[in-house]
Amino acid sequence: MASINQKRYPNLLPDFRNLGVMLRVIVVVTGMTMAAAAVQSSNWATLVDHWFAISALAQPVLIVSLIVLALAAAWLQRVEYPLALAVIVLLELLIASAIVSFTHSLFDSDAADVLRAMVFTGLATAVLLGYFNLRSRALSPAITEARLQALQARIRPHFLFNSINAVLSLVRSEPRRAETALEDMADLFRVLMADNRDLAPLGDEIELCRQYLGLEQLRLGERLQLEWHVDKMPRDALVPPLVLQPLLENAVYHGIEPSIEPGVVSINIYSVRNEVHMVLRNPYRKHGSHHSGNKMALANIRERLHLHFDAEASLKASVGDAHYEVHITLPYVTERP
Amino acid sequence: MTRHPQSLRVVITDDEAPARSRMRDLLEDCAGAFPLEIAGEAANGRQLLDLLQDVDADVVLLDIRMPEMDGLEVAQHLLKLEEPPSVIFTTAYNDYALKAFELHAVDYLVKPIRLRRLHDALTRVRAITPLRLDVLQQISPDARTHLSVQERGKVLLIPVKDILYLRAELKYVTIRTVEREFLLEEPLSRLEQEFASLFVRAHRSCLVAKAHVAGFEKEAADGGETRWVVLLKGLDERLPVSRRQQHIVKELGRNAL
Repeated sequence: MASINQKRYPNLLPDFRNLGVMLRVIVVVTGMTMAAAAVQSSNWATLVDHWFAISALAQPVLIVSLIVLALAAAWLQRVEYPLALAVIVLLELLIASAIVSFTHSLFDSDAADVLRAMVFTGLATAVLLGYFNLRSRALSPAITEARLQALQARIRPHFLFNSINAVLSLVRSEPRRAETALEDMADLFRVLMADNRDLAPLGDEIELCRQYLGLEQLRLGERLQLEWHVDKMPRDALVPPLVLQPLLENAVYHGIEPSIEPGVVSINIYSVRNEVHMVLRNPYRKHGSHHSGNKMALANIRERLHLHFDAEASLKASVGDAHYEVHITLPYVTERP
Repeated sequence: MTRHPQSLRVVITDDEAPARSRMRDLLEDCAGAFPLEIAGEAANGRQLLDLLQDVDADVVLLDIRMPEMDGLEVAQHLLKLEEPPSVIFTTAYNDYALKAFELHAVDYLVKPIRLRRLHDALTRVRAITPLRLDVLQQISPDARTHLSVQERGKVLLIPVKDILYLRAELKYVTIRTVEREFLLEEPLSRLEQEFASLFVRAHRSCLVAKAHVAGFEKEAADGGETRWVVLLKGLDERLPVSRRQQHIVKELGRNAL
């Protein structure tokens, strides 16, 4: 039973290597130093003075802490949650007392300051850990919900029934192609119905996309042209499952199907430094009725990117003269957090 | 079938080649049960209307979701034919359409189609309530992309985006494109409702396409008064704006100039 519970709340510690987490830490600590300064001051001028004085001590502690925690992050994730908490609090108190004593040895002043710095640091650490704990609890059900949403919003029934119809048309004339098509459909639905909470390799996602597009080409024939630019793609990068397939489905539904003329869907994936970029492009004609389905898929993917990568991932959609483009950026990670 | 001394002539319309080939297979299976011939195939509405100029058909199997013009709109244009064929709609999945069909007893088949259902539908073809324009317009959620007129036994499709203005004249509405005029038998008020986002009323009997307005000008009218006129892109014609509709000068003038 214990293992099941652990799975439900996989880890209450944030990933200290994540930029979004670091940003939250910086914002909270800076806010607390300002509050502390405000308590000590009677007017605006002294507030600024006090804030500078506090920051001169707090900022070095903050920076060193972020570095130490980022380095220790992998180990902290592995150990039991209570132990990790204790270690973090101890580390923080150590860092705070060391830095404050060190600065005091330079500018010599009284020992009471060290104690005050340790109390403040302990308080800030407790507030932050409490905040991250609540945040991950708040987000955990969201992950389950996002998965459910993914299942519901994903494949359009329209696609399912048209594909079955297309396969049926092959059964008599080209039984072998019909077999392959059914196998592709099985793979596609296996992923769609799987527990998609964990990140999966980009290579798998691309394979799935190829199978999906193969089925669409069966139906649409020449009308669906594909351009793959994935030679430089990092196959081992971890991405949320079904991050691309729904977007391709949109591309076909809104970009290819409404037109009699053939159209090109291009898929361009590459990595720059520590980021993976995925750019999808499809023809687009501004047409009267607009599509709520598209916005739903985008919102769903954006939400899942945010859950997995916080502020380090982004999704941008843009409409050009005759094309529609979605650009996803996410950090290049190969290890599950 | 004794009621059909000749075989039933069927036309398949679907934008997906495998769907057409599947339908062909099923029709061939039906052919064993009663005389039936495939009169032709079309990949979209325009092709179907062209085909029906040359080929007589008793039944059209019409896919709903097709590029450019959906099946519901195509069916409306089919009614302009002298002897409109019966229509059986086919659809993969479309909540809205299915509900609408049930309400109006229009015959439809859901893909993947079962031989049995197709067989039943074809057997009942003559008993199917003939399609009615008002019913189709009620079912169809979107404005048409084309208007259709009948000329010398042919159905002409006029893309709505090419129309400069619509003017009511006695019994008819005149459709004006850059090239020429067409006569349409539909009330202007209904057209105004259907195309409210594309056309605007310039005066009591005239709807102007917003996209084709080049600008506005003031000119002298009878009795020494001045009035506004609409200038059009690509056509040297001036349409008067009635006093009551003068607000459109302000609303459109900004974008047009």
